[in-house]
Amino acid sequence: MTIEFFAGRYPYILIAVLMGIGLYGMTMKRNLLKKIIGMTIFQTSIYLFFIQGANKSGATIPVYLEELGTEPTQYMNPLPQVIVLTAIVVGVAITGVALALLLLTYKRYGSLDEEVILRRMRESG
Amino acid sequence: MSQIPALIPTLLLLAALLSLLAGLKSQRAGYFLALMGAGASFLVSVLGLVEVVSSGQAIRYAMGGWIPPIGIEFVLDHLAAYMTTLITFIGVVVFIYAPRSLHFESPGKATFAYPSMALLIAGLAGMTLTGDVFNLYVFLEIAALAAYALLAIGERGGPFATLRYLLIGAAGGGFYLLGVGFLYFSAGTLNMADLSGLLPELMENRAVMTAAALMVVGLALKMALFPMHFWMPDVYHNAPTVAAGLIAPIMTKVSAYAIIRLFLDVFPPGFFTETLPITATIGWLSAAGILYGSILAIAQHDYRRMLAYSSVGQIAYVGLGIGLANPIGLIGGLLHIVNHALMKGLLFLIGGAVRLRTGVTRIPDMKGLGRSMPWTMYAFVIGILGMVGIPPTAGFFSKFYLLLGAVEAGAWIWFAVIIVSSLLSAVYFFRVTEMIFRDPGEDPAETSREEGGEKDETTPDQPQGDPPASMFIPIAILAAGVILVGVFNFVIISALLERVVAPLGG
Repeated sequence: MTIEFFAGRYPYILIAVLMGIGLYGMTMKRNLLKKIIGMTIFQTSIYLFFIQGANKSGATIPVYLEELGTEPTQYMNPLPQVIVLTAIVVGVAITGVALALLLLTYKRYGSLDEEVILRRMRESG
Repeated sequence: MSQIPALIPTLLLLAALLSLLAGLKSQRAGYFLALMGAGASFLVSVLGLVEVVSSGQAIRYAMGGWIPPIGIEFVLDHLAAYMTTLITFIGVVVFIYAPRSLHFESPGKATFAYPSMALLIAGLAGMTLTGDVFNLYVFLEIAALAAYALLAIGERGGPFATLRYLLIGAAGGGFYLLGVGFLYFSAGTLNMADLSGLLPELMENRAVMTAAALMVVGLALKMALFPMHFWMPDVYHNAPTVAAGLIAPIMTKVSAYAIIRLFLDVFPPGFFTETLPITATIGWLSAAGILYGSILAIAQHDYRRMLAYSSVGQIAYVGLGIGLANPIGLIGGLLHIVNHALMKGLLFLIGGAVRLRTGVTRIPDMKGLGRSMPWTMYAFVIGILGMVGIPPTAGFFSKFYLLLGAVEAGAWIWFAVIIVSSLLSAVYFFRVTEMIFRDPGEDPAETSREEGGEKDETTPDQPQGDPPASMFIPIAILAAGVILVGVFNFVIISALLERVVAPLGG
C-alpha cells in the first residue's frame, strides 16, 4: 500500500466510502427521514462514479472545433454525463415520492421512528 | 410494421398523460382514455407477436432515427413479444376490473390511479422492449414510481409499507445502475446487441464480472427473490386490489425477465453459468424461497398475506428455471411467468370481489362463500388447481417442464423441492377451499341468499351474490386463460419459447 496506490484511486475510494455511508443510513437508521437521506447519499455516490469514470484531463466540451479536429482524446465523452443527468431526474422523482409518503406516514402515525410506527400499527390492528 | 416496438409503450405513455388531464375534468373520460391506451397497446402487441412469429425475425426500431449503437434501439423479438403481450393483456383485464374496485376500496383516488396504472404498464412494456441497458433502468424506475403511487393509495398502513418498499426499490435500481456503469466503462457501449458482440473478449475482466453481479443483485431485489422478498407481504397486505392485481402478476416477473435477458442475450454463453456461478446461486436461493414462501403461506390468516407469501414461492419457480440453465428447465420457468401471472392475477381479483361483496379479507371469515358467490368460487377453484399444478391447468405444465429440466440437470434436490412445494401449496389452498364450501351455519346475512347466480344490479355494499359484471368478466377471462394456456402450452413453446432458449443450445 503505497501512496501512489491512493493517489491514483482516491476518487473511487471516496465514492465507495460515500456509498457505504448511504447504504448504512438506508439500512441501519430507525428514523425514516434519515433513511431517505441515506438513499440520496447512495444515489449521489453513483452519479459521482459515472462522472469520475468519464473524467479526462485536458479535454473540452464535446462540440466540434476546427483546431482540435476529430481526435477523440480532446473531447469529453458526453454519454456518461447524459446518463447522470437522466439518473438525477429519476433520483429527484424518487426522493419526491419518498417525501410524500413520509408525510402521509407522519400524519397517520405521528412519528418518523420505524419502531414506534410498527408498534402503533399493531396497536390499531 | 416496423413501428410496433415503439408504439406499445408510447401509446400507454400518451394515454397516461391524456388520462390525467381529462380525468381532472371528468373521471369517466380519464378512465376511458386510459382503457383505450391499454387496449390499443394490447392490440399492437398481439400484431407484433403475430408478425414476429410468422416472419421468425425480430422487429427493430431506432428511437429518434439515431442508428444503434449510438441511439437507443427497441427490439421486439420472440421473448419480448411474449412478455409484452402478457403485460398488456393483464393490464387490460385489470383496467376492466378497476372502476368498481377502486370506487369501493379507495373512493376519490381513481382519477390519479388510472394514469398511474397506464404508466406502470408502459414502464414494464418498455423494460421488455428496450435494447439498451441504461434505457432499461429508466423504464424500471418509471414502473417503480407508478407502482409506489398505486400502492400508497391503499389502506392505513399503505404509505409506510410503500416507503419501505421504495427504499428497497431505490437500492435495487441503484445497484443495477452501478452495474451499468461498470459495464459501460469496460465495454464502451450500452446497446445489448453490441455488448453481446464485445463481451466475449472481456470474459475474464473483473470489472465486467462486478457489473454482472451488481446488475443481477439489483434486479433480484426488485424480483423479490428470497431472501430479498421481505418487503412484499406488507406491501400486498395494504395495497388496493387493483395495485396488487397488477403488480403481483407482472412486475416481479419483468425483473426476472431482465435477468433472463442479461443471461441469454447480453452476456456471453457460459458467463452466468461457469465464469460466475450466478445461475446456480439464483437456483439455490429460489429453492429456499419456494419452501420458505409455501410454508409461511400456510401460517397466514389474511388472504392477501397468504397470496403474498405464495408469490415469494411462485416467483422462485421462475428463478429455478434460470438456475437449471438448460433449455427445458428455462422453458418451464418462462412458461411459469405467464401461468403465474394469470393465476395470481385471478386470485387477487377474486380477493377484491369477495371484499366488495362481504368486506372479508381474513380466511376464517370466508365461510359459506361457495353458497353466496358460486361462480366466483368456481373461478377460485380453477385458480388453486393451477397453483397446485393439476392438469390440464397451466400450472401443471410449467412444473412439469421444470421437473424435466431438473432430471436433465441431475438436480435431485430441486426436483424434490418442486414436488414438496406443490404439496404445501395444496395444503394452504385447500384450507381456504374447505372454508369456502363449508356450511355458513347460523350467519343470517349469508343463509338468506340462495339463488346467487345473478351478476349485476346490486348496490356496492349489499353483501351478496357474485360481483358485478365489470368485475366478474375479468375474473372469468383469467380463469379461462389458466385452462387455455394449459391446454395450448405446446403451441406457445414451439412458436416462441424454443427460439428464446436457443442460445443455451438444444
